[in-house]
Amino acid sequence: MIIDHPLLGPRDAAEFVYKGDASLIDRPDGLAASADEMHDYVYLRDNPAGEHRELWYHEQGDRSWLVVTRNTLTHEIIRVELARGVARERGRSR
Amino acid sequence: MNQPNRIDGGLIDRETVLKFQWNERWLTGHPGDTLASALLANGLRLVGRSFKYHRPRGIFTAGSEEPNALVELRKGSAREPNTRATTVELFDGLYATSQNHRGPLEWDVMAVNDLLAPFLSAGFYYKTFMWPKAFWEKLYEPMIRASAGLGRLSGREDPDSYDHGFLHADLLVIGAGPAGLTSALAAARGGARVILADEDFRWGGRLNSESYLLGDRPGADWAMEAASELAAMPNVRLLPRTTVYGAYDHGIYGALERKTDHLPDTGGTPRQVLWRIYSKRALLAAGATERSIAFGNNDRPGIMLAGAVRSYVNRYGVTPGRKVALFTNNEDGLRTASDLSAKGIDVTVLDTREGVHVVHTSGRKALKSITLSDGRTIQADCLAVSGGWSPNVHLTCHHRSRPVWQEEISAFIPGSDLPTGMTVTGAAAGTMTLGAIVRDAHAAGTEIASDFGHRGATGSAPTADDEPFDTKPFWYVQESRARAWVDLQNDVTAKDIRQSHQEGFRSVEHLKRYTTLGMATDQGKTANILGLAIMAEISGRTIPETGTTMFRPPYTPVPIGAFAGRARGKDFRPYRLTPSHDWAAENGADFVEAGLWLRAQWYRLPGEKGWRDSVDREVRTTRSAVGVCDVSTLGKIDIQGRDAADFLNRVYSNAFLKLPVGRVRYGLMLRDDGFAYDDGTSARLSETQFVMTTTTANAVTVFRELEFARQCLWPDLDVHLISTTDAWAQFSVAGPRARILISRIVDGLDVSNEAFPFMACTACTVLGGTPARLFRISFSGELAYEIAVPARYGNSMIQALMAAGKDLGVAPYGTEALGVMRVEKGHVAGNEINGQTTAEMMGLSGMVSQKKDAIGTAMSGREEMARIDGLQLVGFRPVDRSVALTAGAHFLSRGAPEDMAHDEGWMTSVAWSPELGHSIGLGFLKQGRLRHGETIRAFSPVRGQDILVEVCSPHHIDPEGVRQRG
Amino acid sequence: MRYSALRLLKEGLTGNTGWAPAWRDPDPRPAYDIVIVGGGGHGLSTAYYLAKEFGEQNVAVLEKGWLGSGNIGRNTTIIRSNYLLEGNQPFYELSLKLWEGLEQDFNYNAMVSQRGILNLYHSDAQRDAYVRRGNAMHLSGADAILVDRPQLREMCPFLDFDNARFPIHGALWQPRGGTVRHDAVAWGYARGADSRGVDIVQNCEVTGFRIENGICSGVETTRGAIRARKVAVCVAGSSGRVMEQAGLRLPIESHVLQAFVSEGLKPVIPGVITFGAGHFYVSQSDKGGLVFGGDIDGYNTYAQRGNLPVVEDVCEGGMAIMPMIGRARLLRMWGGVMDMSMDGSPFIDRTPIEGLYFNGGWCYGGFKATPASGYCYAQLLATDQPHETARHYRLDRFRRGAPIDEKGAGAQPNLH
Repeated sequence: MIIDHPLLGPRDAAEFVYKGDASLIDRPDGLAASADEMHDYVYLRDNPAGEHRELWYHEQGDRSWLVVTRNTLTHEIIRVELARGVARERGRSR
Repeated sequence: MNQPNRIDGGLIDRETVLKFQWNERWLTGHPGDTLASALLANGLRLVGRSFKYHRPRGIFTAGSEEPNALVELRKGSAREPNTRATTVELFDGLYATSQNHRGPLEWDVMAVNDLLAPFLSAGFYYKTFMWPKAFWEKLYEPMIRASAGLGRLSGREDPDSYDHGFLHADLLVIGAGPAGLTSALAAARGGARVILADEDFRWGGRLNSESYLLGDRPGADWAMEAASELAAMPNVRLLPRTTVYGAYDHGIYGALERKTDHLPDTGGTPRQVLWRIYSKRALLAAGATERSIAFGNNDRPGIMLAGAVRSYVNRYGVTPGRKVALFTNNEDGLRTASDLSAKGIDVTVLDTREGVHVVHTSGRKALKSITLSDGRTIQADCLAVSGGWSPNVHLTCHHRSRPVWQEEISAFIPGSDLPTGMTVTGAAAGTMTLGAIVRDAHAAGTEIASDFGHRGATGSAPTADDEPFDTKPFWYVQESRARAWVDLQNDVTAKDIRQSHQEGFRSVEHLKRYTTLGMATDQGKTANILGLAIMAEISGRTIPETGTTMFRPPYTPVPIGAFAGRARGKDFRPYRLTPSHDWAAENGADFVEAGLWLRAQWYRLPGEKGWRDSVDREVRTTRSAVGVCDVSTLGKIDIQGRDAADFLNRVYSNAFLKLPVGRVRYGLMLRDDGFAYDDGTSARLSETQFVMTTTTANAVTVFRELEFARQCLWPDLDVHLISTTDAWAQFSVAGPRARILISRIVDGLDVSNEAFPFMACTACTVLGGTPARLFRISFSGELAYEIAVPARYGNSMIQALMAAGKDLGVAPYGTEALGVMRVEKGHVAGNEINGQTTAEMMGLSGMVSQKKDAIGTAMSGREEMARIDGLQLVGFRPVDRSVALTAGAHFLSRGAPEDMAHDEGWMTSVAWSPELGHSIGLGFLKQGRLRHGETIRAFSPVRGQDILVEVCSPHHIDPEGVRQRG
Repeated sequence: MRYSALRLLKEGLTGNTGWAPAWRDPDPRPAYDIVIVGGGGHGLSTAYYLAKEFGEQNVAVLEKGWLGSGNIGRNTTIIRSNYLLEGNQPFYELSLKLWEGLEQDFNYNAMVSQRGILNLYHSDAQRDAYVRRGNAMHLSGADAILVDRPQLREMCPFLDFDNARFPIHGALWQPRGGTVRHDAVAWGYARGADSRGVDIVQNCEVTGFRIENGICSGVETTRGAIRARKVAVCVAGSSGRVMEQAGLRLPIESHVLQAFVSEGLKPVIPGVITFGAGHFYVSQSDKGGLVFGGDIDGYNTYAQRGNLPVVEDVCEGGMAIMPMIGRARLLRMWGGVMDMSMDGSPFIDRTPIEGLYFNGGWCYGGFKATPASGYCYAQLLATDQPHETARHYRLDRFRRGAPIDEKGAGAQPNLH
C-alpha cells in the first residue's frame, strides 16, 4: 500500500507501523471515567467493513502519527491527516 | 548431432550448436530453442510422468502454462525441481532430468497406480485408510507420503543470490505481444514513462509463433523493430524474461526478472531480481491461453495444444510429428493445418463443428493412432487440439474482481472492478483478432499518454487483418468410454468431475478441492475452464450459473529465495553493534544476540575453562573491586519542553512532577490495559530536560507510544522527544571502587557521596573536555555510576576506563554477570516484566499513584488484577544448596497433584550466586509474600527436574540497599 | 453411506456410479431449535456435536457461501496443544484429543497426521520460556519434549545450524502436534451433521436478527426469516459485521493473514517447524507442497488478500532457518480474514441478548480448535453451561481484568 503523507508525499506503507482505530485518540480521563467507559475505550472496536479511520505511525520517516481513512473492503485510501490535528479537532489539548 | 524433427525456418540460430544433457544423454539444439523445442527436435516425446497415475506424458504447450513437461534442471545444490521445459532457454551444457518416477522414465514402476485407477477416484483417500486406527500413522500415510510430490529439492542451501529492486513508472505494460508492444509504443511515443515486461526471452508474444503479417512484414519482424524502437527511448525500460506475478494495492506490481537462468552459470551476479513496480497505470496485455478438449486418453505424448504445435513449427523450426492430426472447435485452430502445410507437413483436420470427434487414442509412450466418432482409426504421431482460447485475466482477479462469461468467444473476460489504474487490452480483454487487437492497443496507449498530459505524436497502429475467429463451444466428447483428462498434471478426469457432482461437491470451489482440479503447479491454466464447463454440462446449468474461476498470485510460481532476496544467513537482519564492540571483540568477549544487538555476554580470560568461570569472576570483581559494562543498548530518549515533567508524570505510573533537577528516578510504565510495560530511569538535567532510559527490548515501542501520547492524547503539551539510543555510549561502572575510577575520569567534578549521592545526575566533561553525562544509578546493587559519552567515543571510553582502573583491579563484565547481579538483588527484568504481569505481582504497587491519571492507572485496579491471593514475586533457593535451579519450572505445593489446577506459579529467572555460593531464583508464586520460609517443589518435567526449594525474599543480597548508597 | 475400503472396492469395480451425495441441499425451514450462523469448521462441528452428543437434531447451519468457505478452507492446517496459560491449554488439549479420535468418530479420513511440531528457540531466555510452556503442557496432560541442538540436528539436518543470524539452539517438540487435511474436516463434520438431521443451508446469508425486549428469536436471511430458540453466531472474520446487526460491539478487529503453498516436492520436511526469531511456520502436505505462513499483515481489513512486505518477511524467515528452500517455488498465496481479539484468545459465550450466543475471536489459531470449539459451543447451547475447558472464554473477561494473553502483548489485536 502507499500512504500519501500530508507533509512528505506518497510513501510505502512498509515505512509505517499500524496501531488501530482512530478512536484511540479519544482516551477518557482516567480519574473521571467510569470503569465501563475505560473498558470500552481500551477493548471495544467498531471494526467496520468499509471506511475506517485508523492510526499509522511513520516510524521509518518523520515519526508523525497519521489518521488514515481507508476502506477495509478495497484498501482504497480516502484521506490522510496528521493525527495531532485530528486530536485537536476532537477537542484534545493538554 | 542428429535432430530428426528439425525443419526449415524458425527464429533460431542454426549456425551455433548447443550441447545439452537430458537424462544423462547428450543432445544438441540451437540458441533460440527452449529445452522443450530441443527435445522435440531430437525426437523425444515422453518427457515426464503425471502426479497421481504416473501416466507417460509429453510436451503439451509451448509456454508457462505447461502441465506435463516438468523437469529437474541443473545439478547438485543448484538443482531446481518442477521446471517447465517449455520456458527453459537452452544453453550450452544444460543438464536436465525427468522427475517423479521410480526407475527409468520409460519404465516407471509407480505406473501401477494407473491400473488401480478405478479405486483411486476423486476423494478416494477420504473414504478409507481409517481402520485399524493405528495403521494410518504407521502404514497408510507413510505410503502416501512416499509417493507425494513431484521434483526433489537438493536438501542443500541454494547457492545463488537474489536481489530486490524498486521501479517507478507512469505506465506498466504487462506482456509484449502485439497488444503490449503497440500500446507501449503509443504511450512512450506520446511521452509517458513506460515499463514493458514480458515473461519470454523474445519480444512479440504470439507473433513469433504465428504466420501473421503486420503491415507488410511478418509479425516477428515487426515485433523486433518495435522492441528496438522502444529500447532506444529514454523514457522506456524493457524487462525481458520478466513475469509480472501479482497486482497489489495502490498500483504496486510484483515482478520477477530471470537474470541468469539462461546462462550456464551466474558468474557471481544475482540469479533473479524481484522487482516491486510502482506505477500509476497498468495495461494488462497478457494474451490468452489455449484450452484442450476432453476425450478418451487425451493425455498421450504427442497430443499437444494446436497453438503450441504452431509455435514449434513457426518459431523453433521443429515439427512435433510427421503424421499430424488436428482436432479443433474453432477457426483459429485451422491455422495449424495451413501453417504446417506451408512446411510440407500434411494435416488431417477434424472439426467438431462438422460433427467429427476424436473418441480414443492409442500408444502408451507416444501417440500412435486416434479413433474417431465415425469409427475410423487414423495413424498419427501428433494430435493438435484446440478447444478455444481463454483470456489471461489472472492479474485482474488479484483484488478479487470476478471475470464474466462472454458467450461470443466462449470464455471469461475481465470483470468490471479491476485493480485501480488497470486497463486490459488485446486478447486478455477478449479481443481475438489481430487487426482489432492492435487498433485497440494503440488507442489505449495513446489515451494513457494523454491522461498524463502528454501530447506527443503517437504514430499510428500497424495494419493487420481481422482474421476469422469463429468458435463453437465444445468441451467433452460424450462418446468416449476411456478416461478423458481435464487436469493433466493432477490427473483429474471428466469422470472425477461427474463423481464430484454426484457426491454433492458442485460449487466450483468444492469441485477444485475435492478433485484437486487446478491445484497443480500450472494452477489449471489449461484445465480450469474445461473443468467448469464439464461441471456445467453435467449439472444442466450454464457456465456463469455454475461459477467462475478466480486466480490468486503469483501468475506463475516464484522461487522462495527470490522473495527472501538478500535477507539470508547472517544478513537475515542487520546487526546493531555496541560502541565498545571492537574493543570487546579484541578482549575475549563472547557475544550474544539481544534483539538486533550483539552484546558481550562475558569476557573469557586465558585459563578460564567454561563460561561460568568467566561470569563468576566478573561478578566477584564487580562486587569486590570495580566492573564496567556497556549498557548503551538501553533505550535513551531525550525529553524536552516546558511540560516535560508533566508529560513524564502521565506516562509513568509513579510521580515525576516534583523530581528535582540533578536527580534520577526509577520509573514504571504501564500499558493502557494496566499491565506493567517497561521500566527504567529518568534523569532531570534541567527544568525542561529529562533523559529517559528504557529496556533494550522495548526501546522502539516505548518511543512510539510516547510519540502517540504526545501527538494524539495531549497535542498541546509543550514537549518534544528524540531517540538518542544510538547517539550515546553508556557504561555502567559498578563496585566498591567505582567512585575512585569515576573520579579519575571526570573533569573536576566532586563525586563524593555528599556532593553526588545515590540517584544524582549531571552533565559534565570527561578526560579533558569530552562532553558526558553522569548518573549515579545501580542495577547491580553496588556503588555504581553510569557514564555516557557521544557514541563515537565509546570504544575509546572503555579503554580509558580500563587504563584508569587497572590498579583498582577493574574488569569488564557482560550481560550474564549483569543478570546474575540483578537476580541477586531481586531487580525485575524482561523475564518478570513480560507483558503478563502487574505492578502488584512484582511488589511494585506502591509505584502506581492513585492521585493522577497516568497511562494504565485506571485499568490496573480491575478485580482480577488486584487479587490478594494472586501471584507475587519472591525469591527461591534450593533446599539442597548444591543443586542448580532452572528457569521455567512450575511451583507445586508438596503433596499436591501434578496438574494445572494445582499449578502455583513459575520460576522466572535463576542464577548461581558467587557471593552466596549457591543457586538462587526469582519467580511468581501464589500468595508468595506470605510464604517466605515454606518449602515447595520446583517441577520441570521437560527438563526431568523436580527440586525442593525454599521460598524467600527476592532480595538475596543487601536487601536494605546499603551498598548502592555508600 | 458408510465409507470403507470395501465400499471403495465395490464402487471401483462398478464404475464409481453408486456414490451418494455427501450431504443434502435442503431449503431452510421456517423454524429450528437452534440456528447456527456460519458454515465453516466451527459452525459445522458445533452442529455435529449438538446432534451427536447433545441430542439436538432440530438444527440448521446457515452459510452465506459454500460450506467450508471460511478459514477452514484456507489455513496452514496445523494442530497442536502447546499453549502456556491455564485459560487456554486444557481447551487445546481437549481439541487435540478430539482430533485423535475424529476420523473413526465421523467416518471420514481427514488425514490427521501427528508428525510433530518443533518450535525452534534461539536464546537462553527463549528456551526458558519454552520450558515454562512445556511444563504447563505436561501439567495439562499434554506431551512436550525439550530438544537440544545435537538432537535437533539429527531430526532436521537441513536447518541452518552454521550460518544463521539467530543461531538455532534447540526446540520445544510436541510429537502429537501435526497437520490435518483442512477441507476434509469441514466435509466430515458436514456429512456427519447432515446424516443426523441437521439442515446445512448454503448460499443463505444472515441479514439481521429478530430481537425484541432483549431476546433474540431468530434471523432474517436472504432466503427468508427463520425462527429459532437459540441463535449461535460462529463467523470468524465476519464477527464484527454480523454482530453489528445485533447492535453489539466486540473486542475484535478483522485482519488478514496470508498463507502460502509451494509447488509439490518430494518429502523433505518431517513435521511442523516454527521459527523463533521471526515469523515463519511450515509443514509439508501429503501432496508434497510446502505449506507455510507467518505474521498477519497488521491492518484492519476484510479484503481476503494481503500485500508484499509480509510475503517477503515470511519467505525471509523461511530462508533464515532452511536455506534449501530457495529454489522451491511459491505456487499460491491467499489471505483469510482473522477475528483478532484483544488478548489473542477466543470467546465462547452468551451475549447480553438472551438467546444469542457468540463464538469468535480465534485470531489465526482457529483451525486447531475446530473440534473443541464445536464441542464446547454445543454444550453451551444445549445446556447453557460452559464446558470446563472453555470457561475462561467469556466476553466480560476484560471488565474483570482477566485477559488470556499468551504473548503478553496487551490490548492491541495485531500484536497477538
